[in-house]
Amino acid sequence: MNAQFWVIQAFNGVSYGALLFLLGAGLSLIFGVMRIVNLSHGAYFLWGGYIALSVIWATGSWALSLPLAALAVAVLGLLMERIFLRPLGFDPLRQVLLTVGFAYLFQQAALDIWGGNNFEIDPPDALEHSVAIGGIYFPLYRAFMIATALVIGIAIWLAMERTRIGAAVRATVDDAQMARGVGIDTNRISMLIFALGAFLAALGGVIGGGFLGIYPGLDFEVLPLAFAVVIIGGMGSLGGAAIGAMLVGLADNFGKALFPELSYFTLYAPMVLILAIRPTGLFGRE
Amino acid sequence: MSQRTKVIAVAAVLLAFAYVIPHSGSYVMLLATRALVFAILAMSVDILLGFAGMASLGQAAYFSIGAYLTAILATKYQFGLGWDFWLVVALAMVLGAATAAFFGLFAVRATGVYFLMITLALGQCVWGLAYRWNSLTNGDNGINVTTRPNFGFDLSNERTFFFLVFAFFAATLLALYVLVRSPFGRSLEGIRERELRMKILGYNTWLHKYIAFIIAGAVGGLSGVLWAFTNGLVSPDTAVLTTSVDALLMAVLGGAGTLVGGAVGSAIVFGLREYLSTLVPWWQYVLGGVYVLTILYLPMGLMGLPARIRQARASSDGMEGTANKLAPTPSLRI
Repeated sequence: MNAQFWVIQAFNGVSYGALLFLLGAGLSLIFGVMRIVNLSHGAYFLWGGYIALSVIWATGSWALSLPLAALAVAVLGLLMERIFLRPLGFDPLRQVLLTVGFAYLFQQAALDIWGGNNFEIDPPDALEHSVAIGGIYFPLYRAFMIATALVIGIAIWLAMERTRIGAAVRATVDDAQMARGVGIDTNRISMLIFALGAFLAALGGVIGGGFLGIYPGLDFEVLPLAFAVVIIGGMGSLGGAAIGAMLVGLADNFGKALFPELSYFTLYAPMVLILAIRPTGLFGRE
Repeated sequence: MSQRTKVIAVAAVLLAFAYVIPHSGSYVMLLATRALVFAILAMSVDILLGFAGMASLGQAAYFSIGAYLTAILATKYQFGLGWDFWLVVALAMVLGAATAAFFGLFAVRATGVYFLMITLALGQCVWGLAYRWNSLTNGDNGINVTTRPNFGFDLSNERTFFFLVFAFFAATLLALYVLVRSPFGRSLEGIRERELRMKILGYNTWLHKYIAFIIAGAVGGLSGVLWAFTNGLVSPDTAVLTTSVDALLMAVLGGAGTLVGGAVGSAIVFGLREYLSTLVPWWQYVLGGVYVLTILYLPMGLMGLPARIRQARASSDGMEGTANKLAPTPSLRI
């Protein structure tokens, strides 16, 4: 275990964390605005990957598959929120239970449309290389993942902090009732955030498809990781999701490398402790 | 329907079930056995969800602890294959209860969605251990439980085994029914409806919920023992998130707060998943669709269907007032 080991593992952990950020940020924002945990979030991730595959098969363009898949899943999420979740009003438990049903429906539909095989989303050649820095090879694709998460994270952060609609979202997270009182259309905000969350998860699915692969069951495999991110970082907080994602990415990588027998335990046990000590997560507000 | 008629109706249905199933061929009997095991697990979810208002997404933890305990004792120590089967049942319930007592220290103080998340995290801890702790759990391959206990009754006979599982189910149902009708169960319902009021009335609501959590853990452990012998293979799949989700889905589908609803939900899920799936490839749409419609239109689950129909009839007769009176009080609340 030399320095090289630590550098590579840290790099892998951070790049994995970047992927988890895309997955978790949406879940966190949705919770912040609607007070529900969306259990079909893993399905959005999976569907993002699958739709991207279809786009790549049809057009041969990987770059095109990114926005198209993310937009398509955003529309799916939006429809789900409008048609099914909204009529339940503000009843978080029933909404959560409803998202379970949708997780199953999405799973079955994916199996019907794309079959049971494992797929890989091959990134363009330009990203398939590795760059050597100081004798250590860094895969470009992982660097690309970090860059994407950074760009998206900063863009959302700016939108939240600097725009009127961002202020409305923050107000809704802080106190939805009060926000409605001062004339913010929280109904529209929750629609917007739900679509954005689905968009980000799907984007994560496309990018994650390059190294996790895309296969049936992936949805329920990534879902607990998304939860870990959101719980550690604190629900409804973008910065929290970023830090939570980094911690989970690193804990997962180092856990697997250092204590293989306990690796998942080292990931979820801290999550329990954080929840028990600070139910709102490290950076969440109540 | 009065409570007494309901009890008699449920008992009659169960007796009919126990009579009809063994005459329906070995495949149906196998399915029924599996469904009954999960019905026990779903009831353990219902104690929390339907009576204390706590939606647990980690019930697979106790289920898998019971199952792994059984499998490890049976394969490594040849323990639990004779009369000592009953010891294993007791041990699994104690271990399930002890684990729940430990987990409950973290989970019970959380409410609503936070409770859901923390039970999910706890469930994932157990899954992680089952998946990775190769020396104990044999990792991804799991443990094969090839022999079933024989204590005068030979459980390798599918019919005998069905009756055993059925007896466990009926006993659990009865015990939990007595529990929820007791003052303790009543105060749980009070907590579900309005925890603050119960606190003001002087109830130690944390302790009530904690005890309910432990009881649910013990029942989960029991279902795990039965599952190990039913399924013949104990793998990390018993602890995986989807098992917890399934159990929650069954309880909600049948009707939270009704106990037998868990059995109805389990029967529907297994019926669709294992029977309909052999006939049509789109069975999961039916399952998902039924489930979504239940959440949207039947807050009391399928067990609430008769009341809902009466309500619809009453309102179509232009008796709006009666309809309102019959409207089920929403029991799912955060």
